Amino acid sequence: MPKLNVPEAKINSPGSAALIHIESLSLYYGASKALKNISLTLGEKVVTAFIGPSGCGKSTLLRCLNRMNDLIDNVRIEGSCKIGGHDIYSSDVDVIELRKRVGMVFQKSNPFPKSIYENVAYGLRLHGANNKAELDGVVEQSLRSAALWDEVKDRLHSSALGLSGGQQQRLCIARAIAIKPEIILMDEPASALDPLATARIEELILELKKDFTIVIVTHNMQQAARISDQTAFFYIGELIEFDSTAKIFTNPAKKQTEDYVTGRFG
Amino acid sequence: MNARKHFRAEKFDFASFFFTGLTGLATLLILGILATILINIIANGVRGFSWHFVSTIPKKDFFDVNTTGVLPMIVGTTICVFVMTIFVLPVGVITAIYLTEYAANNSLVTKFIRAAVNNLAGVPSIVFGLFGLGFFINFIGKNIDAVLHNPSAVWGQPALIWASLTLAIMTMPVVIVATEESLKAIPPGLREASLALGATKLETILRVVLPQALPGIMTGGILAVSRAAGEVAPILFTGVAYYMASLPHHVTDQFMDLGYHVFVLSTQSPNIEQTRPILYATVLVLLLLTFALNLVAIVIRARVRKKLRALG
Repeated sequence: MPKLNVPEAKINSPGSAALIHIESLSLYYGASKALKNISLTLGEKVVTAFIGPSGCGKSTLLRCLNRMNDLIDNVRIEGSCKIGGHDIYSSDVDVIELRKRVGMVFQKSNPFPKSIYENVAYGLRLHGANNKAELDGVVEQSLRSAALWDEVKDRLHSSALGLSGGQQQRLCIARAIAIKPEIILMDEPASALDPLATARIEELILELKKDFTIVIVTHNMQQAARISDQTAFFYIGELIEFDSTAKIFTNPAKKQTEDYVTGRFG
Repeated sequence: MNARKHFRAEKFDFASFFFTGLTGLATLLILGILATILINIIANGVRGFSWHFVSTIPKKDFFDVNTTGVLPMIVGTTICVFVMTIFVLPVGVITAIYLTEYAANNSLVTKFIRAAVNNLAGVPSIVFGLFGLGFFINFIGKNIDAVLHNPSAVWGQPALIWASLTLAIMTMPVVIVATEESLKAIPPGLREASLALGATKLETILRVVLPQALPGIMTGGILAVSRAAGEVAPILFTGVAYYMASLPHHVTDQFMDLGYHVFVLSTQSPNIEQTRPILYATVLVLLLLTFALNLVAIVIRARVRKKLRALG
């Protein structure tokens, strides 16, 4: 395994500042080391794709960013992960506050068995919003941002479970952006969708990039190439290469990366 | 003659035939037993069954078919089971929430609690009765009396509340297990979605998990009620009365119970032939009451399910 020696802070979008600093982060599930000394800097309002074969740790790293790994027993983390300069693993961090700022969309769409409206309003109600006019406004705005408003505006109060898979996933995105996070983590958000629904999610991501910093885990190489500005390639818990997406897919520095993106292994 | 061409089996599949038959026979056997019991009870019970029978408080001699009634037993059993539900549901549900949502899954403590719950389910009901007498009446009840300086025993004697609590402890495992199952059936993705939106664990449980688990919890309640309505042993020492001239009006009163009344009618009657119609009718009332209590719970559960399915 080549020694990890990736130049930090390769931010290619003009005008974007570094937002997430991951420094020599290692993660253990019990005794096994799932992430090995990862260092990575992600820019603000940039789409970063995490790619790599299954089990390479990309989802685990994603879940470090909103501390969802806290929910798993026996997880131990070394190193630091800073968002906007604050170490999110320091003892004074309020996880609730962190998760309000770092939203997440999951691989399997998971709308609550509530109405479409209540799904989007869920986070707002949690954080104290109760005013109907205010809720109505944010719900509509979030659904519009998630490109779902026109499809559901006439049935806001019917069950979210009646939506198609792609609509459900866009509803989950609307739900995530309703509480106005700075960062949205997406864990293979389109892997269970058909090509048309996938295309809509991808368009949406490009649109959301204007307002949010997006980190997306994907198995779909073309998807990473289409939507991301930067790409990080992981293999068995190590960060192999991190660079602009154009560079990773056309002229990667590492042989392993080239083999993976050209489909020779993985 | 080419059997293969017509997709015909070349040999009769005896094993499949045998096992299909066997499963069918087993089902028929169960149905047969149930039908025999029900038909026997209904056929013999309707003779003594009347509006007068279910609405009368009997005089001291309740073995006389013309003057007897089972109103106090219906009221007693219903109130006893109702009070039990008030205790068993919250405690059982909270225990199940602790076990599935909070306790570390494979810790020694969790395993110990699970084993204790399973063992509780296997304890004979008469043991619960004796426990209720020793713990609730002689320990808790007597101490309440001492603290309140009651001149005579009020709490430290068999009473409705102690019978209900004893039944609650007996049916606790049913509620815990049913609730745990329904909590486990909720997709982990829903909890994650809520937590990822910045909900606390408690908010997630109250707003997402519990509403979803409600039908399963109610199933546990239904099972507990069915079991408790017919139990005699746990209430034998803890609250049931052989005879009372009036309905209970306080939780420290004793009460008459349908199951116990069946026992009394079948063992204490001076004239068996004369008592038989009353006995059958009482059993019929007990069955109908259990069905009715179940039906109420099932109707409520169906409405909850429908509401959950429609929205939330």
